[in-house]
Amino acid sequence: MTLKMDLGDALIDAVMGWAIVFLGIALLVLVVVLVGKIMSGKKPAVPAPTPAPAAAPPAPPAPPAPGAAGDLKLYDTPDRDAAMIMAIVADELKVPVNELRFISIREVKNK
Amino acid sequence: MDNILETLKKLWLESGFMGFFENGGWKSLIMILVALVLLYLGIRKKFEPLLLVGIAFGCLLTNLPGAGLYHMAMWDAYVYECPYDAANEAILYDVEEERVLSVEEYMSTLPPDAQEPEIIEKLSFTDIAHIGGLLDILYIGVKAGIYPCLIFIGVGAMTDFGPLIANPKSFFLGAAAQFGVFFAFFGAVLLGFTGNQAASIGIIGGADGPTAILTCMLLAPALLGPIAIAAYSYMALIPMIQPPIMRLLTTEKERSVKMEQLREVSKTEKIVFPIVVAGFVILLLPSTAPLIGCLMFGNLLRETGVTERLSDVAQNALMNIVTLFLGISVGATTVAARFLTLNTLKIVVLGLIAFGFSTVGGLLVGKLMYKLSGGKINPLIGAAGVSAVPMAARVAQVEGQKANPSNFLLMHAMGPNVAGVIGSAIAAGFLIKVFGA
Repeated sequence: MTLKMDLGDALIDAVMGWAIVFLGIALLVLVVVLVGKIMSGKKPAVPAPTPAPAAAPPAPPAPPAPGAAGDLKLYDTPDRDAAMIMAIVADELKVPVNELRFISIREVKNK
Repeated sequence: MDNILETLKKLWLESGFMGFFENGGWKSLIMILVALVLLYLGIRKKFEPLLLVGIAFGCLLTNLPGAGLYHMAMWDAYVYECPYDAANEAILYDVEEERVLSVEEYMSTLPPDAQEPEIIEKLSFTDIAHIGGLLDILYIGVKAGIYPCLIFIGVGAMTDFGPLIANPKSFFLGAAAQFGVFFAFFGAVLLGFTGNQAASIGIIGGADGPTAILTCMLLAPALLGPIAIAAYSYMALIPMIQPPIMRLLTTEKERSVKMEQLREVSKTEKIVFPIVVAGFVILLLPSTAPLIGCLMFGNLLRETGVTERLSDVAQNALMNIVTLFLGISVGATTVAARFLTLNTLKIVVLGLIAFGFSTVGGLLVGKLMYKLSGGKINPLIGAAGVSAVPMAARVAQVEGQKANPSNFLLMHAMGPNVAGVIGSAIAAGFLIKVFGA
């Protein structure tokens, strides 16, 4: 069989190609991290509008109802399913459900 | 009576059935069997049915003698930029000597019963729309690179980059899993393919159908049929291909690692992400513009919160329409004379190697990250770096849960999974840049 491309060239292209993918991704990671830092750096500067009402019950001040652990956010999940999920998780982990804190439950849709 | 018999004989001689008995007609029969097998896999086994059923039906239609829905020679004339004889469906080009034939040379090769030639000097899409069959017209969307890009808008609109933004390290797994692309590229050169063809074959390892189709269409259009079929078949077979490799390369202890909950990603971050990625990656590697541009545009539609209608259309109506056209027109390229060759067999084998080694690359870098993080990263998520979304992430989840039933890797694996989409687009951009015209 005759080769239609020099093997050395092919090897260089292959190694360089993979390296370029890594380099591109590495630079992209840098950019994403940087943008993330800028975003999160901005967050505390505007504490007033949202965090106060949203993060209302962060535990300590007044012990709410026995076993309560703050608000649970449900996304596309009916109450009944959420209750079942929490019970299953507690059972699997062998931890009483009132010792667990569920922050949100979201249906993972197949795409 | 004679007239009736004459008419019936004429009908029979002009029917497609006769085509099976003419020169090379048996090959069409084999391709029809291939189409039926693909239909079985798509319908019964549910192997990527949305595309495989379309590809299989396109394969069936194009191989029915006399149907005239797709004209391979016409597209060859378009690729070689040589004159085309529309009457005899032949090109004025010597493939072995790689040169355009003069009209006199061509006429001397015509058999005595050939029709009077109708030569078109240089085909344009307008000519193709005018003289081509239905599938030729639909195939213009592939040839012009429209369908893969439109599909990428839909993919972008369906993708949540949140897990990737929350854990940018998983980007590296998406890069690592492109190993198979370059390994298979080298393997293809070893097996005697040209650089362009090898690059198109290698990109199967990116596990991304639209990227494979776009790259192949730009670099080696003659191989589009086998490459598309190999890419989509192996994507469907990921739950069978990946687990043995995962178990071979990782220990029970590594597979059972539970990863920490990902941080919450703000809406603003999700909006800024597609803008930054599109700008940055396209500036870095301009040849990725069609794929990355469309992917990130689709994602921006999803995340803005003010273009819900457009996002919905991109995810559903647009995606479905384009998938329909893409499947059937790619299937149309599987013409017997072009498909039933040793090269197709080589492509099928190389495609499997590409998928396998992409998984290996992701897992090895996953293991490296496991070591560097002091055992906090489960290396299985590396295998999800191949961009078959969300199949590869699901496989990581299933394997992780087998090792540790309380393990939930799905969201962690989605990071490398969507990074794989970006990684394969960068790999394709590199190959197009190096081997493109």
